[in-house]
Amino acid sequence: MFEIINKQKIAPDIYQYEVSAPLIAKKFQAGQFIVLRPFADSERIPLTIMGSDRKAGTISLIVKAIGLSTKQLALLHKGDVIADVLGPLGHPSEIENFGKVVVVGGGVGTAVAFAVAVALKQAGNTIISIIGARNKDFTILEDEFADISDELYVMTDDGSYKKKGFVTQQLQELYDSGMQFDRVVAAGPLVMMRAVAELTRPYGTPTIVSLNPIMVDGIGMCGGCRALVDGKIVFVCVDGPEFDGHKVDFESLNRRNQAYRGIEHNKEHQCMIDEQLEEEGLDE
Amino acid sequence: MNEIPLKERMKIERHPIPAQKPGDRILNFNEVNLGYTPELALAEAQRCLQCKAAPCTQGCPVNVHIPQFIQHIVDGDMLAAADTILADNLLPAICGRVCPQENLCESQCVLGKKGKPVAIGHLERYTADATTDARAERVDKVEAKATGKKVALVGSGPASLACAGDLIRMGHQVTVFEALHAFGGVLVYGIPEFRLPKSIVAYEVNALRKLGVCFEKDIIIGNTIGLQELMDEKGFDAVFIGAGAGLPRFLGIPGEELVGIYSANELLTRINLMKAYKEEAITPVLSYKGKTVAVFGAGNTALDSARTALRMGAKKVNIIYRRTEVEMPARVEEVHHAREEGVEFIFLASPLEFIGDENGWLQSVQLQRMQLGEPDDSGRRRPVAIEGSQFSMDIQMAVIAIGNGSNPLLRSTPGLQFTRWHTLVVNLDTLETTVEGVFAGGDIVTGGATVISAMGAGRKAAQSIHDFLSK
Repeated sequence: MFEIINKQKIAPDIYQYEVSAPLIAKKFQAGQFIVLRPFADSERIPLTIMGSDRKAGTISLIVKAIGLSTKQLALLHKGDVIADVLGPLGHPSEIENFGKVVVVGGGVGTAVAFAVAVALKQAGNTIISIIGARNKDFTILEDEFADISDELYVMTDDGSYKKKGFVTQQLQELYDSGMQFDRVVAAGPLVMMRAVAELTRPYGTPTIVSLNPIMVDGIGMCGGCRALVDGKIVFVCVDGPEFDGHKVDFESLNRRNQAYRGIEHNKEHQCMIDEQLEEEGLDE
Repeated sequence: MNEIPLKERMKIERHPIPAQKPGDRILNFNEVNLGYTPELALAEAQRCLQCKAAPCTQGCPVNVHIPQFIQHIVDGDMLAAADTILADNLLPAICGRVCPQENLCESQCVLGKKGKPVAIGHLERYTADATTDARAERVDKVEAKATGKKVALVGSGPASLACAGDLIRMGHQVTVFEALHAFGGVLVYGIPEFRLPKSIVAYEVNALRKLGVCFEKDIIIGNTIGLQELMDEKGFDAVFIGAGAGLPRFLGIPGEELVGIYSANELLTRINLMKAYKEEAITPVLSYKGKTVAVFGAGNTALDSARTALRMGAKKVNIIYRRTEVEMPARVEEVHHAREEGVEFIFLASPLEFIGDENGWLQSVQLQRMQLGEPDDSGRRRPVAIEGSQFSMDIQMAVIAIGNGSNPLLRSTPGLQFTRWHTLVVNLDTLETTVEGVFAGGDIVTGGATVISAMGAGRKAAQSIHDFLSK
């Protein structure tokens, strides 16, 4: 069963989980995701996988308790069992020795960016990592990235830690300094991935983004995760989750991601999830 | 014994199945048909002429001995009636509800030549329902000697359930692997509660469990465990693939990414599997309250979607189909029920483009009028656009229900061959795929079809697997 072997709070509302899932751990390749249900009556939510320990039979997840389902997950602790974990899903990231690769991670997207960076490093690439967060408290995985990056830039929106500014600002500076890249991989909020793709477009650098839309089944059955890529409908769950960032229609994807905002807020209210979390104590 | 002389039997009118009133049922998700009372069942059973040649049985994909089970109803021995069906069909409560009997057994009934055929489906359903408790109390045992062979079944829909039932009775060890968190495949995510209560599916799965079938959820063969790995590392001697046709087709017209457009699979999965129709459900569904809805397609899934939208509070639901009522693939009963409930049908119209508002929400659809031309490959007359006939319709929600392709997840499996329609290539006699020891049946082979044909394939594959393992 999917027991939580370890849970650690790594930033405000952000938790890192080690979950027992030997079959998934064995098969996981960078870029893939799982669909998870915290409780037997929960929603199915997609979460990217940060890494796996095949020997221990565990996978690592980084989750921000931001919606009803992720808050439900936050109610589970070390030793608890997650009702359902399905995976690994989606195509693995395309990994080969491209040369010099920039890996951009923002928010909890930093987790999947890390997985891809590790695999790219192992394939012999030079890794330049740029990770960004709102402020110092929300900066995650800095040490992990430091270990595998040839260069690492840490950005905060408010300048409370390391360099002030967005990840795109750093990327632009690198281009401005005359550097050239063979590939850019970005994972994070849609606005960030879109900004990265727009930035690299004039330079013609192949730019891969890892999309994380709303999903139900995660196995190609519902089409809820569909996006427009190169003017055609794709299913992110089975055709992705990585796509050519220069061809993704971020506008429609962003609207689709917002579609349930009001409904979900009502449900959170009904479920009194915030009260439960408060009682539980958010700190681990 | 049926005391009524043959000539008299032919004069008895077919007994309609009691159902919830249309005005009541669109306010709930409870089953529409209420089922025969014992009196109605007996009266209907007495209509059967007990034809020696049993053309009805020939019309059934799994050849249920129909006159025999109906005779047991006349004789009042319901368990015997149930056992007669169960010998050929393991899921009578399900098939009695969702089989298109009018195209199968009932289409062959001699009574149907002059009047209406015996209501075989309703009687099958009654037989299953009337014996539910008695069958649950029975200790089902596998009589066959254990063979020590292990068979893995991929997917838990009707093909696999039927296959599992036969294989376990033949003495094999059977494990069913399901990707979702609930068992039953299309029976749980696709067919709505008001046509097939999920408690019935759970009952059938439990019956198989009692016989010793293992059910494993959250495992997707091809991803979590490789197909070849099942045999090479997990010790399975044979595999049956019953993964279904789950990949929804879209229309391929502009605007399909707008918010407010669901595939039928998404709407039905949210409602049926995730229970979004219940107030307390966690999984949300976009609101249908007071909205005008267009459903594209004309099969049972389109009707299920339309009727679901009504129950979710839609103001008006239109089924939009490019052919006419005659060509509709949906069951007659479902069309009838949908009409009673107020679903409207717009025939000979085809969508060109969805139009959204400034926030990306669906606002209207551009349609064009069609006329029927020459027959196409399927034998149905091909719809042809009438030039200059475009018109616009204001809608806030749309459901695309134009069929499903086969699930793409196994396509990269080494050795497996697929047709250009992405269905699995199998030997039609044995249902064996291009990989030795791996068999397949149901929608993954045929493309979207019926529950009973999937069950028929599951049973056929079980026999082939048994032969293969007995070599």
